[in-house]
Amino acid sequence: MADLRTDFAGIKSPNPFWLASGPPTNTYGQVAKAFDEGWGGAVWKTIGEPIINVFSRYGSVDLGPTRMMGFNNIELISDRPIADNLKEIAEVKRNYPKHAVIASLMVESQRKTWHEMVKQTEDTGADGIELNFGCPHGMSERGMGSAVGQVPDYTCQIVEWVKEVATIPVIVKLTPNVTDITYIARAAVKGGADALSLINTINSIVAVDLETFEPQPSVRGKSSHGGYCGPAVKPIALHLVSAVAKDPQVTIPISGIGGIGSWRDAAEFIALGAGSLQVCTAVMHYGFRIVEDLIDGLSNWMDERGHRTLADVRGRALPRVTKWEELDLNYHLLAHIDQDTCIKCELCWTACEDGAHQAIRRLPRDNGGPVVEIIEEACVGCNLCALVCPVHDCITMEPVPNDFAPVTWKEYAAGKGKLAPRSEQFHTATWSKNR
Amino acid sequence: MGDLTKNFADIAPPLTPDYALLEANKCLFCHDAPCTIACPTHIDVPVFIKKIATGNLRGSARVILEANPFGHSCARACPVEVLCEGACVLNDRDEQPIKIALLQRHATDYVLERKVKLFEAGKPTGKKVAIVGAGPAGLACARDLRRWGHAVTVFEAKPQPGGLNTYGIAEYKLKADVALAEAQDILDLGVELKLGVTVDSLEPLLKTYDAVFVGVGLGQTKRLGILGEGLEGVVDALTFIEHLKTHPYHETKVGKRVVVIGAGNTAIDAVTQAKRLGAEQATIVYRRGEADMPCYDYEYELAKRDGCEFRFHAVPKRVVGNGRVTGLEIETPEQGRETIPCDMVIIAIGQGARREFAPPQGHPKIFVGGDCANGGAEIVNAAAEGVAAARRINELLGRTHG
Repeated sequence: MADLRTDFAGIKSPNPFWLASGPPTNTYGQVAKAFDEGWGGAVWKTIGEPIINVFSRYGSVDLGPTRMMGFNNIELISDRPIADNLKEIAEVKRNYPKHAVIASLMVESQRKTWHEMVKQTEDTGADGIELNFGCPHGMSERGMGSAVGQVPDYTCQIVEWVKEVATIPVIVKLTPNVTDITYIARAAVKGGADALSLINTINSIVAVDLETFEPQPSVRGKSSHGGYCGPAVKPIALHLVSAVAKDPQVTIPISGIGGIGSWRDAAEFIALGAGSLQVCTAVMHYGFRIVEDLIDGLSNWMDERGHRTLADVRGRALPRVTKWEELDLNYHLLAHIDQDTCIKCELCWTACEDGAHQAIRRLPRDNGGPVVEIIEEACVGCNLCALVCPVHDCITMEPVPNDFAPVTWKEYAAGKGKLAPRSEQFHTATWSKNR
Repeated sequence: MGDLTKNFADIAPPLTPDYALLEANKCLFCHDAPCTIACPTHIDVPVFIKKIATGNLRGSARVILEANPFGHSCARACPVEVLCEGACVLNDRDEQPIKIALLQRHATDYVLERKVKLFEAGKPTGKKVAIVGAGPAGLACARDLRRWGHAVTVFEAKPQPGGLNTYGIAEYKLKADVALAEAQDILDLGVELKLGVTVDSLEPLLKTYDAVFVGVGLGQTKRLGILGEGLEGVVDALTFIEHLKTHPYHETKVGKRVVVIGAGNTAIDAVTQAKRLGAEQATIVYRRGEADMPCYDYEYELAKRDGCEFRFHAVPKRVVGNGRVTGLEIETPEQGRETIPCDMVIIAIGQGARREFAPPQGHPKIFVGGDCANGGAEIVNAAAEGVAAARRINELLGRTHG
């Protein structure tokens, strides 16, 4: 079985699966139960001066029958006294010495306040500190959370204050609600951060009740923008993790967060550079028990592929993330329809005809044979037909060899290399007229 | 079989809202969809299902009923296994097809329960059309003619409208109250309905009306032409089913041992309902083999699940009895003549054409549709033919569809 042991900026855990800071990590009871069920670590629900929450806190987006495809919250940080939280952190750490216990902190932007908070936290025996510079709602109105994480100078300043006293690793949690996350990541590095975690939630209004016109979640008829998370945000998180991981100025470990619900999601984050993984929404939906398959699935996949440790996988996809201008313009694809497995829904035709490049021909349904066929000279190999096809592997994208050497836009624009003849020339008004 | 209400409960109960959402989202939204092609009224199935998925049930029902004025009864009684659901592309992915009938019921029930009026009568054109027969063909025709503003008078021999929807569909598929509500929805567009009127000649109507649509259905159940057919306890299937559908269940007499002669869909309706009424034994007697049965496969399966028995290659020779039925003498190739003891014989060998009048062929003002034109088919065929006739009548009357 693959070795899933994790060493993240010096924080050790039996596997890379940590509970993200949030409702599932609010109490000793929850975290202890999670560790019993197999979680490798937990980032405690953010501690600070206790807040008062509103009652209606969560909203979600369903996709057809799939509940909570996207999820948002307007809940604030812990509403429990700092002392209670710290006491329970110490207790968890004492009872689960091999698990990673990380305290998430958010206090007002005063050097002295931060110093005191960090010192108290270290007394618990916690393995690390995560600075919540990402929470986009409520706390940001009070100058904390994303109000800090959206300004590189503030981010750097507070990390410096924390690092003046911290002896355990300091992780900075980044907000995605910025134009370029790498600037914030660099500021955290400059301030001395030991690691980064991303993404925090995305500014959002999840829904409007069309009976009452109340935005959701509704608090006596009104709402406020909240933090969006869940499966819907995974692609955004994957991109931001890769952007930070590829930045030459960011050399510290990254904990991946954002829509992780399965071992596949986890493996993708690791492949794009994540050193540990944090999960919240999936646990809020299905409970701590999902960690069993996170571990089992990741482990089986690694065994089947011959990856022995997480280090064998980490960042493996990163070299393949490039600028567009470095992609080969002479790599040509052609859609291929397996007529034996085609169920004749014609979704490919509709999609190509209205939404892409008019490269599929429709044949009469009563001819007894195929009802769709690729017009090879018009196909631009865009993948759309394969993406909409409801039959697995019925439409495949086949490479079309040519005698031309690869050429990128960067090269071509500089006058180097030659373009192979391409089907796009058919996709013009002339083509439309002649077909 | 104490609780008869339970025995006649919907064989396909309605979907819950959650199930409907799940099922609607399974639909692939095919282009040029085979389900739509397979439907005689060409309901745009993917479109109405997509509207269920988005929560637009009113819009969904309108798509259905626009194409098929009998969308309510078809959702319950259509042979979807051989029509839309049989054509669903998911069959080719070796999966169960989309539950189109139940989704159609989900959408149409929404408007039926809320009495939503989806259609309205058109501006009066001053033209008058007579419709003979208030079954699905006639009322489908009436619905569209009213939408185009023509005055419509429907003549119906029975005391209630709806035709076989009201009187002849197995109770566990379609109940009379739904059939009547569906008919009323159409009548509410301002159709004049004359009940209890038997039309035996079209001549007077042709003098008064600008066009006549004939949708009178078929005539009586055919007779076997064997001895003993007049004995007490011998009944034809349609009379038996009509009695069941127009009386409290316990008032319909059923034998302890019932033999149904014939193996069409009406025969299945009769044998299953005899069993559900409390017959200890209910047996289909059919002169040809299992594979020759004209009933749909799933109807055969239903009868077997209900515990009905089948005698194939059994030719009825004589109904035995002295005043009352005591048995049916049959002849089989293996055993020659034998008598099946029974106290009720239901004849279900199909209906004959109406003898009262034959509509003249090719008359420019006379249009026909439904069972009397197609020889006996489904509600959906009658509805399709009624709708098609309405278009032709509208053209005759010099209007454009709108």
